Amino acid sequence: MKSYHADERGYYGEFGGAYIPEMLYPNCEELRQNYIQIMQEPSFKEEFQQLLKDYVGRPTPLYFAKRLSEKYNTKIYLKREDLCHTGAHKVNNTIGQILMAKKLGKNRIIAETGAGQHGVATATVCALMGIECVVYMGEIDIARQAPNVARMKMLGAEVRPATSGSKTLKDATNEAIRDWINNPVDTHYIIGSVVGPHPYPDMVARFQSVISEEIKNQLQEKEGRENPDYVVACVGGGSNAAGAFYHYLDTPEVGIIAVEAAGKGIDSGESAATSALGKIGIIHGSKTLLMQTQDGQITEPYSISAGLDYPGVGPMHAHLYASGRGEFISITDDDAMNAGLELCKLEGIIPAIESSHALAIFEDRKFNPDDVVVVNLSGRGDKDLQNYIDYFKL
Amino acid sequence: MPEIGLKTHVSHLKSRFMNRIKQKLQEDKKILSIYFSAGYPNLNDTVQIIQDLEKSDVDLIEIGLPFSDPLADGPTIQASSTAALKNGMNTALLFEQLEDIRKTVSIPLILMGYFNPVLQYGVEEFCAKCEEIGIDGIILPDLPLDVYQEEYEAIFKKHGLINVFLITPQTSDERIKAIDSASDGFIYMVSSASTTGAKQGFGNEQSDYFERIAHMNLNNPQIVGFGISNADTFEQATQKAKGAIIGSAFIKHLTENGVDGIGDFVKQIR
Ligand SMILES: Cc1ncc(COP(=O)(O)O)c(C=O)c1O
Repeated sequence: MKSYHADERGYYGEFGGAYIPEMLYPNCEELRQNYIQIMQEPSFKEEFQQLLKDYVGRPTPLYFAKRLSEKYNTKIYLKREDLCHTGAHKVNNTIGQILMAKKLGKNRIIAETGAGQHGVATATVCALMGIECVVYMGEIDIARQAPNVARMKMLGAEVRPATSGSKTLKDATNEAIRDWINNPVDTHYIIGSVVGPHPYPDMVARFQSVISEEIKNQLQEKEGRENPDYVVACVGGGSNAAGAFYHYLDTPEVGIIAVEAAGKGIDSGESAATSALGKIGIIHGSKTLLMQTQDGQITEPYSISAGLDYPGVGPMHAHLYASGRGEFISITDDDAMNAGLELCKLEGIIPAIESSHALAIFEDRKFNPDDVVVVNLSGRGDKDLQNYIDYFKL
Repeated sequence: MPEIGLKTHVSHLKSRFMNRIKQKLQEDKKILSIYFSAGYPNLNDTVQIIQDLEKSDVDLIEIGLPFSDPLADGPTIQASSTAALKNGMNTALLFEQLEDIRKTVSIPLILMGYFNPVLQYGVEEFCAKCEEIGIDGIILPDLPLDVYQEEYEAIFKKHGLINVFLITPQTSDERIKAIDSASDGFIYMVSSASTTGAKQGFGNEQSDYFERIAHMNLNNPQIVGFGISNADTFEQATQKAKGAIIGSAFIKHLTENGVDGIGDFVKQIR
């Protein structure tokens, strides 16, 4: 049977692999040879599940959004990743990877962050385990995400500015990779999404797959069936989406809808809609779709949501797009902001702007009244308050 | 069509002469290789720099194709790469600048860059263009060994190009042997676990590593790169290895002096 999961070499169709300089080979190879085995060890599983339950607060609810459903005349469920400790799904991955790092005997953690959500989630688990933590963050992002910078510092992490290139997420990722090249023995790199060289996309997807595992059980309870008609998630690098899609990838009856940030519009020159604007190439060690010039230079994306502001997309999603398995929709800043405010008014939930992109599809994408549509609400809006204030002049 | 004439001419040359890199490696001397970013400090300095390096008795030149996200490079080469792109450098333009390079120099030339710009240009087209111009080798640190062998080796070979692989102090003996058998020129021996331009001087760790590799009796000679900046480090690196590569230190020279005094820079090295 055709599978939409990674093959043994980390390819999703023609996407994925490990396009890394030799300096990174021993580290990636060590991880590749061990990650599946470690994840299957009973002691690992037990500690991972325990922490997800007691520390993160899982399972997160699957909430039937009654008023939202009435408005759009279909059955909308929200998977409440916004209720995770630290405010987003990111922590599912960082818990998994910190345990992985411990099993591999590493005593120093590095990470990249854009908006600071993954940085905070990494600093959090490092504090939990008492492990040294360095987070790379673009100089420009440090200036515009002050509260998350403060959070990371309070949690004991060192935040290092990335001053190269465009001084944002992609450059922070370059700096983290350079740090790993310079510290090849004691350091584990906790990457923040289903991006980077094999085995990262597959490993991060497995850690996030708890999302769809729970959806299956919860939907069985609420609807008497495991499978929704559609699962919807926003895609930056694609980790919350990978987690929400994971157990449905090879179930064709379940429609998969990936929502990207159109920014100011696909053709505006200020967008992060990688599937529409990208071409196949290499970014951060992975062969995938990415936004680039004709000459192959990686370009800067734009979105009002810092978490969707990445010029590439994980290889799983590139394959879902290229194969037609996934439906890809892009949502502008304006539509996302309005959908976010609408969720506040209709359901009393303030969503992260990233998640608001997924909520915004209902204006144009119509569903049948008896369709069950699960939207992964990847994070809460606390971190975005200043953006909401500025946008709506609150 | 003159194009057909040119092609026959090139393949004729290829059968008559050995690749310039291989020829150079057979000489009984230590190799000094210099790296610079094409399009830096000024867009049109490329040819001048190559000519002056040849005049200064350098043995091999690595011409850097600038990339927006050079993740194996330290601050110096990142900066020259960014500046070169700002100056307007790109792959097609570099090929244009190098169009007539073989009319004036005979030194072996290697293009070094990241894989994505080559992929976008088209690997086959890229290699064909290299052959046409007279480029002898390619270094793409993020093109992995297995992908090269499965997808691109035949293309590189068809166009007479040597592909150079890297090894580091962390590379296992087993993998070094695999890289050695996949290589057909020299092995780029990264001196330490670092990005380019990082370390100041070599310590015991490096001597042990140089020693260890020398004892492996590899088929391909090794040329050491990363962290070589002056006569001392050049001398240390080439005690066991066939040669050494200077990158960041030369870029710093260009930053401070432009294209003046390239000969003086090389004289300080050996
Ligand atoms: C709440 C939230 N959703 C989504 C994302 C996008 O990341 P991914 O596509 O990996 O889920 C982020 C990233 O910071 C985020 O904070």
